[in-house]
Amino acid sequence: MTYTMWIILTGCLVGLTCGVTGSILVLRKMSMIADAISHTVLLGIVGAFFVTQSLNGVPMLIGAGVVGILTALFVEMLHSSGVQSDAAIGIVFTSLFALGVVLISFIGDQVHLDVQHALMGEIAFVPWDTLSINGVSYGPIAVWMLGAVLIINLLLITLFYKEIKMSTFDAQFATLIGVPVVFIHYLLMTMVSLSTVASFDSVGAILVVAMLIVPGATAYLLTDRFLILLILSGVIGVVSALMGYWFAVSFNVSIAGSMAVATGVLFLVAFLFSPKHGVILRKWRNKIEENVQQSA
Amino acid sequence: MDAFSSFFSSANLQWVLAGSLLLGFASGVIGSFVLLKRQSLISDAMAHAALPGVCIIYILFQVKSVPFLLAGAAVTSLIATQSIQTIVNKSRIKTDAAIGIIISVFFGLGIVLLTYIQQNSSGNQAGLDSFIFGQAASLVRSDVQLIAIGALVLIILTALFFKEFKISIFDPQFAKGIGLPVTFFNGVLLFLVVAVVVIGIQMVGVVLIAALLITPPISARYWTDRLGWMTILAGIFGAIAGVSGAVLSTAFNNLPTGPVIVLSASLIFFISLFLGSKKGLIIKGVKHA
Repeated sequence: MTYTMWIILTGCLVGLTCGVTGSILVLRKMSMIADAISHTVLLGIVGAFFVTQSLNGVPMLIGAGVVGILTALFVEMLHSSGVQSDAAIGIVFTSLFALGVVLISFIGDQVHLDVQHALMGEIAFVPWDTLSINGVSYGPIAVWMLGAVLIINLLLITLFYKEIKMSTFDAQFATLIGVPVVFIHYLLMTMVSLSTVASFDSVGAILVVAMLIVPGATAYLLTDRFLILLILSGVIGVVSALMGYWFAVSFNVSIAGSMAVATGVLFLVAFLFSPKHGVILRKWRNKIEENVQQSA
Repeated sequence: MDAFSSFFSSANLQWVLAGSLLLGFASGVIGSFVLLKRQSLISDAMAHAALPGVCIIYILFQVKSVPFLLAGAAVTSLIATQSIQTIVNKSRIKTDAAIGIIISVFFGLGIVLLTYIQQNSSGNQAGLDSFIFGQAASLVRSDVQLIAIGALVLIILTALFFKEFKISIFDPQFAKGIGLPVTFFNGVLLFLVVAVVVIGIQMVGVVLIAALLITPPISARYWTDRLGWMTILAGIFGAIAGVSGAVLSTAFNNLPTGPVIVLSASLIFFISLFLGSKKGLIIKGVKHA
């Protein structure tokens, strides 16, 4: 595999993992929790660094998972104590993110972890940070982490497919017939945290938010079926990654930023031209109907 | 500590203090209305969307004149707000997803433009980076004066329209009934939010400035039920956070200002959550027992 191929593969894996997981969040109206978690995992990563003094994959995943769930818990606690939900999200994630950023500045230069990195990631360095066992290189660590998280997420979604679907579309009914709705909620939060931390190193917090929310929302404009939504969202994530990479290389700009913009462009296209929900085609259809009625 | 003493003897000190104090106060006061209108996260989108505006102006005109850059920021912030409205009104996407889309895509665009500037311009672009997390230490006197005077104007405007805002938020029907132009005052409020975000981004940065609009008003809610007291208290909390953040980050030079300001605000929130005289956890516990 060449250097370029590894970067493209990493981008596509981010798009696929976040796209599939994120589409469920969009349906459940939890997009902003995803935004919050993708910011706060920074604190988990920094925390894991302070405990283990290294930037190892597994402690980072655990740290991020813990902080991700804590974020969801704190938001829930504040909300149930009477703070309106969007403000509760705002307070929790800005506080934890600010703490993460301040702690990073205490780490200093001895490790490769800084604020810039946290925001934009450094996908260009991914191919050099390889997993090697007994001196044999098995490809970039980021690809392994993303691949593992993708498989975990797909397994969990397949295992709990019915439960996730039911608790998403009719939480009350799901509770009535004994679906563990709270468990599903935190399961999803864990999946989001894992996807975020696996993507974090290569693409940073912003692109993670874009990849989690925008492909899901785009797919939601194109289909009414749950399974197709999941697949379509993953595909849109991959296409955005490819488009973004091409643009970034052509103009020599941030790869992560370009991928985020690419998700936005695809959303705009669906927003305007989606056969069923697009603004322009809907207008067009209405006009045709009016004409038909007038001529009738 | 050397940095500390040299900071307190610097000539800029009064202006930095005045700027952070007034900015904190203005954002606390304006944030109170934002909170009541349930638009806290929309203000976060406005803040993130300011970044591409700054960059576009810089690319187009190759100037680093701050008022000019901030004007660009205001334009993209307004476009972002309008886009959220359009997405919600014209499609089946809900508000929270619409906010998430706008935040991440606009900020991504900002990062793309920032890297473009870094590749293609000669040297003096340094400084645009500090719009992300804010850096009080790098502000020159004219910047701080702009922040101080701008914030003061916003505070005065809010005080002037206090009653109108109050009625049009709590009872828009009644407000319309007595002939108050509610749409106009919504517009004024939107203008105030964009203005406070835009003048504040140099000091606090686009990523975290929304916290300055969200956290102080919520903290104030734990101490009072009255809107008047709430706005004043939120202003005071914001001012304390602003001043302590600016001082600490300038004294320890490698600390970014925005996160430190936000952490001070979070600390005030934490204290209010427990000790607040109206809704604090301890008072609630005592009443319950």
